[in-house]
Amino acid sequence: MTPRRKRLLLVGGILVGVGLATGVATMAFRENLSYFYNPTQVTEGQVPRGRSFRVGGLVTKGSLKRVPGNEEVRFVVTDLNRDVTVAYTGVLPDLFREGQGIIAHGRLDGSGVFVADEVLAKHDEKYMPPEVAQSLKKAPGGAGPGGEGKGT
Amino acid sequence: MATWTWFHRLASPPYVYRTAATLTPWFAVVAALAIGYGFFGGLVLAPPDYQQKDAFRIIYVHAPSAWLSLLAYTTLAVAAAVGLVWRMKVAHAVAAAAAPIGASFTFLALLTGSLWGKPMWGTWWTWDARLTSELILLFLYLGYMALRSAFDDRQRADRASAVLAVVGVVNVPIIHFSVTWWNSLHQGSTVMKLAKPSMPGSMLWPLLASFLGFTLLFAALLCVRLRAEILERERQASWLKSIVEKR
Amino acid sequence: MDRTFTEFLAMGGYAPYVWASYGAWCLVMLLNILGARQALDSAMEQARRRLVMRDGDERGAP
Repeated sequence: MTPRRKRLLLVGGILVGVGLATGVATMAFRENLSYFYNPTQVTEGQVPRGRSFRVGGLVTKGSLKRVPGNEEVRFVVTDLNRDVTVAYTGVLPDLFREGQGIIAHGRLDGSGVFVADEVLAKHDEKYMPPEVAQSLKKAPGGAGPGGEGKGT
Repeated sequence: MATWTWFHRLASPPYVYRTAATLTPWFAVVAALAIGYGFFGGLVLAPPDYQQKDAFRIIYVHAPSAWLSLLAYTTLAVAAAVGLVWRMKVAHAVAAAAAPIGASFTFLALLTGSLWGKPMWGTWWTWDARLTSELILLFLYLGYMALRSAFDDRQRADRASAVLAVVGVVNVPIIHFSVTWWNSLHQGSTVMKLAKPSMPGSMLWPLLASFLGFTLLFAALLCVRLRAEILERERQASWLKSIVEKR
Repeated sequence: MDRTFTEFLAMGGYAPYVWASYGAWCLVMLLNILGARQALDSAMEQARRRLVMRDGDERGAP
């Protein structure tokens, strides 16, 4: 093999490699182009049928229930318009709490319950010390923190 | 044209070599001070976050690393484009010098993001828009470096890799705006936006210091690598003698 | 900040994640600094060799 051919093959190989890696990553991402659906889309049936997808929303305050006897938890996810009940067995992330944004991955069962195999916590871009968060909560009319802003 | 003299000077290898050598220690010292304050402020002085507690302190390495991954790539692509258009050796040298440094910051952004995502989100990795586009950026850096090393002839390596670098620059705005263009798990920008930063001063000042420090550290590293790249590109120049013999 | 040193190290239970992040940063930056210096040193050495060879050729020429 001449050096020129060798070089050509090497360059071609690298370009194919970069293209392939980018292609694979893009494919993986395209499936998530809409990374999650909101409860309104779920209840109105605008979600993929027969395959798993993600639901994102706020955990409704007071909705978290542990099913006695096993590790299953149930909670309601809302976009302040419609609600979806999520059933999940496993460890919840540290940031999971009522009023917090979450994204659950799984599929709908026959009765409209979303059976999740993964629950991720979504947080926003706001950071503040605990004392500030406390005083914001107490302030009359002040938008208390703890919720999830944009996107959910 | 007097306005263009700075541009011509930038094209002169000895001038750029000497300027880079002079600037390096200044960049390095200010970078060390800024990062020292940034990390101390982030780890010790700043209060814990009301939700993420002490895990939020990862932001002081994660966000500036991510910023540098984009800044380094932009530097690389602009330099590569200048090199292509004006056939400027020094510009290609800047692009080649920026690549390994940018790749290392991209790797750090992905790694520290993963270390932050596990305890907070509940996963090391997910294929959301921000994470996927940042991973593609790492592939771009690695592809750029691999492409360069495939050529024995430096001039050809410069031109071929520059084309890849310029094409790849579309990924930069995609990464930055990925969190607003698509539904993603990753949150929006805290600092890098036109609106007021979503953070009180006690948390913000160390973060800004980290951003400044990382940027200057990149500048210092770039100056050192740039000198190496210039030396490799200069064959017979007489000014080399004075530099090599100084040692 | 009224944290004790032990509390500081514990990072509220997030020690592995926080310290691994900062540790990885320190390691990668150390490699960055060493790598850049090494690149400059070897480029300098190569340039020196090229000059010596060229000077040798000139002297040896008739």
